[in-house]
Amino acid sequence: MSAATLYGLCAALLAALGLYGFVVQPHPLRKIVAFNVFGGGVFVVFGVAARRGAAAGFAADPVPHAMVITGIVVAFVSTALAVALLLRLHAETGRASLRLDEPGADERGDGA
Amino acid sequence: MTPASGGTADAWLLVLAVIAPAACVPLALALGERGARWLALALAPAGVALAAAITAAVWRRGDALVYVLGGWAPPLGIALRADGLSAAMLLTTAVVIGAAALYARADLDPGRGAPESRASFLFWPLLLTTWAGLNAVFVGSDLFHLFVALELLTFGAVPLVCLDGRPATIAAALRYLLFALAGSLLYLLGTGLLYGVYGTLDVVLLAERVRVEPTARIAAALMTAGLLAKVALFPLHLWLPPAHAGAPPAASAVLSALVVKGSFVLIVRLWLDALPGLATPAAAQLLAALGAAAIVFGSVLALRQARLKLLVAYSTVAQVGYLFLAFPLASATQLGSAAWTGGILQAVSHAVAKAAMFLSAGLIAKALGHDRIDGLAGVGRALPKTLFAFGLAGLSLMGLPPSGGFMAKWLLLRAAIDGGQWWWALVILAGGMFTGGYVFRVVARALASTGEPPTLRSPVPRHLEALVLALALLSVAIGLLPFASFGLLQIGRPS
Repeated sequence: MSAATLYGLCAALLAALGLYGFVVQPHPLRKIVAFNVFGGGVFVVFGVAARRGAAAGFAADPVPHAMVITGIVVAFVSTALAVALLLRLHAETGRASLRLDEPGADERGDGA
Repeated sequence: MTPASGGTADAWLLVLAVIAPAACVPLALALGERGARWLALALAPAGVALAAAITAAVWRRGDALVYVLGGWAPPLGIALRADGLSAAMLLTTAVVIGAAALYARADLDPGRGAPESRASFLFWPLLLTTWAGLNAVFVGSDLFHLFVALELLTFGAVPLVCLDGRPATIAAALRYLLFALAGSLLYLLGTGLLYGVYGTLDVVLLAERVRVEPTARIAAALMTAGLLAKVALFPLHLWLPPAHAGAPPAASAVLSALVVKGSFVLIVRLWLDALPGLATPAAAQLLAALGAAAIVFGSVLALRQARLKLLVAYSTVAQVGYLFLAFPLASATQLGSAAWTGGILQAVSHAVAKAAMFLSAGLIAKALGHDRIDGLAGVGRALPKTLFAFGLAGLSLMGLPPSGGFMAKWLLLRAAIDGGQWWWALVILAGGMFTGGYVFRVVARALASTGEPPTLRSPVPRHLEALVLALALLSVAIGLLPFASFGLLQIGRPS
């Protein structure tokens, strides 16, 4: 088994774990952590693409590295925004779950 | 496209379309509330003129405009590309953003001498961010560039949802963000797989290199699934109604009219331009089935809402469904181009009509101090122009002639019948009936006679009523455009 294949399997495992956690965990903070695990898996996929040298024809194609750096920055910003929203929600309501977010629950009579 | 010679004439307009709103974001943050407001209001007409210039250039040329960034041709560099679809969406975006800015100027103004509030200041940089993100999505021609543009759009749109800081809207924004994050990672994963196999992410080059094989199929499925979460196609629509209904009216209009369309345009790019011939008929039928389910569920839920803004938000869930009916119709018939024209026309006319609807709902809610549909009696007498605008926009959503929505739905209907896929014709007709139901429910309630006209909490500015009415009239006028002008949407499509 080549190193690239091993990394590829590792990426698949991380992405699957992260996606599973994202779907089944009800708590937003756990979802955010799962999102980062999923993200880790996706970034390793780019690493594998680089190692296999898709476009350049030689090992260690630099383009996926450039893309992964951008991807990491985007994931970091997303995480920061999500955590900030969650902290604000906790500060306002004392809870950190998405249970009370029925559309306009605080101002509407009947449910839908 | 010849990579060596670089871009086409007038293509610098595309760079301007992305740079102008993006450069104004830090400027708006530095200028403070008054400065940011004037900056956005000054940029709006310039943006409309720019989008019109791009549309004219695409029309004149009869082919896509291409700008090669820094002179580095793909696959090494990235290109900006504007075809007829881009031009139509750029123009729609500029018009709706301009209308939202004019509305917000009156709606969010804290008043002379009052201290600036967080919402009234932050709205402007966020609006500009959303605009920059949308324009970048529409002119993008590289799948990774499109990923970054989509993220920029999300980061502009999510805070717009919770501008007023109520716990319910923060929860709605967080839920929206979580859906969007999962969607963007799925999209990014597909991008990584495609790069690994074909060594390019440029849409044009990818279309030449792509082969029908499992990796490409898996990548396309992952990317489509991720984008569907961002478009809020049933059953991934759960985040949309609370997010769109909780935002201030001007923000709701932008979110419902434009932001979901950004992801839709990306799906069209992916299926038609980047990975042509990859989708099986079954996959297209599945997308349309989800669209049909969205039309039925969204409409039924809209009928059951007690609040006007939530009704309008659920109507978006339903109207988004129509966009996806174009996929099987386009692949299966000789009239494929008619189906695509219908789908894109639906995106444009829904954008204008939905903006008019959200803004008129906002005017009604502000005047009455609530937006309970049961309490709307007498609005027809107190705010006739606003209610007329709501009804006209509803007319376009229903698909009654001579509106833009009629042209869109008629083209889809004709493609469905001529292509022998009559079941989608039934869905289109039933959807129009449902839409008629929920629009009628509001209008009938508002026209109900009461002893005395309702007491208005605050007067509605005349110019806002005129603005909303103008948007509604525009949504109707799209249907009166000469048929030949729809040829614009075909420019730059691979035949």
